[in-house]
Amino acid sequence: MGVLLEVKDLVTRFYTQEGIVYAVNGVSYTLNEGETLGIVGESGSGKSVHALSMLGLIPMPPGKIENGEVIFQGRDLLKLSKDEMRLVRGAEIAMIFQDPMTSLNPVLTIGTQLTEGLKLHLGMNQAQAERRAAELLDMVGIPDARKRLNNYPHQFSGGMRQRVMIAIGLSCNPKLLIADEPTTALDVTIQAQILELVKRLRDELKMAMIWITHDLGVVAGIADTIQVMYAGQIMERGPIKAVFESPRSAYTLGLLNSLPRVDAEGGGGRLTQIEGSPPDMRIKPVGDPFAPRNPLYRTERCFTETPPLHQVADSVPGHMVAAWYDLPALRKQHEMEKMKHGN
Amino acid sequence: MEIKTATSTQETSQQREVILRVRGLKKYFPITSGIIVQRQVGAVKAVDSVDFDVYKGETLGLVGESGCGKSTTGRTVLQLYRPTAGSVQFEGEELTTLRGDELRRIRRRMQIIFQDPFASLNPRMTVGNIVSEPLVIHNVMNKKERKEYVEELLVKVGLNPFYINRYPHEFSGGQRQRIGIARALALNPSFIVADEPISALDVSIQAQVVNLLEDLQKELNLTYLFIAHDLSMVRHICDRVAVMYLGKIVELGPTNLVYDNPLHPYTQSLLSAVPVPDPSVEETRQRIILRGDVPSPANPPKGCNFNTRCPVAMDYCYHEPDPELVEIEPGHFVACHRVT
Repeated sequence: MGVLLEVKDLVTRFYTQEGIVYAVNGVSYTLNEGETLGIVGESGSGKSVHALSMLGLIPMPPGKIENGEVIFQGRDLLKLSKDEMRLVRGAEIAMIFQDPMTSLNPVLTIGTQLTEGLKLHLGMNQAQAERRAAELLDMVGIPDARKRLNNYPHQFSGGMRQRVMIAIGLSCNPKLLIADEPTTALDVTIQAQILELVKRLRDELKMAMIWITHDLGVVAGIADTIQVMYAGQIMERGPIKAVFESPRSAYTLGLLNSLPRVDAEGGGGRLTQIEGSPPDMRIKPVGDPFAPRNPLYRTERCFTETPPLHQVADSVPGHMVAAWYDLPALRKQHEMEKMKHGN
Repeated sequence: MEIKTATSTQETSQQREVILRVRGLKKYFPITSGIIVQRQVGAVKAVDSVDFDVYKGETLGLVGESGCGKSTTGRTVLQLYRPTAGSVQFEGEELTTLRGDELRRIRRRMQIIFQDPFASLNPRMTVGNIVSEPLVIHNVMNKKERKEYVEELLVKVGLNPFYINRYPHEFSGGQRQRIGIARALALNPSFIVADEPISALDVSIQAQVVNLLEDLQKELNLTYLFIAHDLSMVRHICDRVAVMYLGKIVELGPTNLVYDNPLHPYTQSLLSAVPVPDPSVEETRQRIILRGDVPSPANPPKGCNFNTRCPVAMDYCYHEPDPELVEIEPGHFVACHRVT
């Protein structure tokens, strides 16, 4: 499979009254055709801002893309004019957002909002666009699609609105769908419906996807590749199983350990917590951004030099980590010491 | 009611002290129509006849999807909303008939932690004032004692007592939630309703707050009613769990029993819908995907409440009245015609 998207050293900053916000600090990765990339991170990790930067959707000012290239099918998206970008957005790359209520226009019918893209990008006339819109609503599992085209967003429930957003996103057969926490505002049973739907459509339409979330469980179920972000940087990335089975970044390990699981016996004492709080993005990151919260595994070097994202020597190709320490070796060492003290 | 037999069997086997006894609790919010003359045209049955007990020192989880009435239940228990019907006994005292000073006196013993640490702290008050406000209202301690006590509380919840003169905006979400917890602890309560205390927090902070709540519970012998929609966290923190759907409890029991052997089809699908952070498990996991959305609590379906979405509904589920909670195995209750 060919490379669909290549992000090279993307740097985005916001120049605000309270100082410079270092939102994205050198993010590089590639995405293949048909691949689903799950990006995990907490608020302020830069996961959303990096996606918005790629599509030219950050407000400038205060935002500014300081550096980087975003090569999509051979073209650098960051060099496109506004009009050229508009033709890419929606047609070739679609994006769906967390809150379907604020991303749908409340005073336009669903039909109007669905046909807009079809007419603009695919040059359909009203009748064709309407027919296609009804098909799309049907495809995302909205019953009585033809009639529902005349409804307004408030006449749909949260889950249904997110289905409408997905229908709009998919209307022009995009090569890439970027989903930014699309199920976070939904209940688990509705989330399960949406995830099932998206997986089916992805396979049918052979799209690539970038799925941005804070929920490691959702990523485990949908992604081929996982990318863990922290403080505007990629901490670790790799094939989903390799990363979950043998995390190499202390942050990934901390996240996995702090989660209780629905399929495991509860009441087993304290959760393993990550100490401290996420970094203040107004301070220019130096060294490994997670070092202050990583007393167990950090080294002196972590405080002064930023570790580059590099291939993990003893793991599958594509499993990459930005860390100076060797996590499995250190964990083994800790285990041994614990055993010794236990005896 | 069925529940009576239920609780009695548990009491004989465990001999545990009931701190809160809720029976037939209802909270209907009126739907009115008309601009000048308001007429009631219907009611949102947010909580519709709920029975449960909370034992001293335990954590009872209240789970369900948004709109199922779990937060309303918590607030009605505390008499922040006055119930439409039913009884709430706290430490042997009936709360629904209490008024004014009497109610205020009992509120010292029961507190609440809110979901949104950004909305539940007054931005114009210092941390010291926020945490000591309950002490001022209930007129305990003099000013100097209060200050010392507040500093002690801040240490207890893991904050630097040096922060006492700072304002909420100077803190992160996790720290604010700690302030909210300190405020709830100020009057030395025995019972705390925690209304989604971690859902607004970052993943790496959630474990910190949950650990703090558990530590405090042990130290101060607290009883929690833990309202949440994160089923994984509920399994970790709760001794027993009650699953709500459309204003009613559909299943109630010891946490591991309910999670390992869910009996109600709603509980089954709810649990199967929770993603597990393990790709190997996710690969082979069978999900029960529910059709459609939760019906409006203003207009619940006829027959069993769950019949519009139930994957195993039979004919009689549409005709017979909504099922009652019945004890299936010791301490494990379910309200489903198919099971009982």
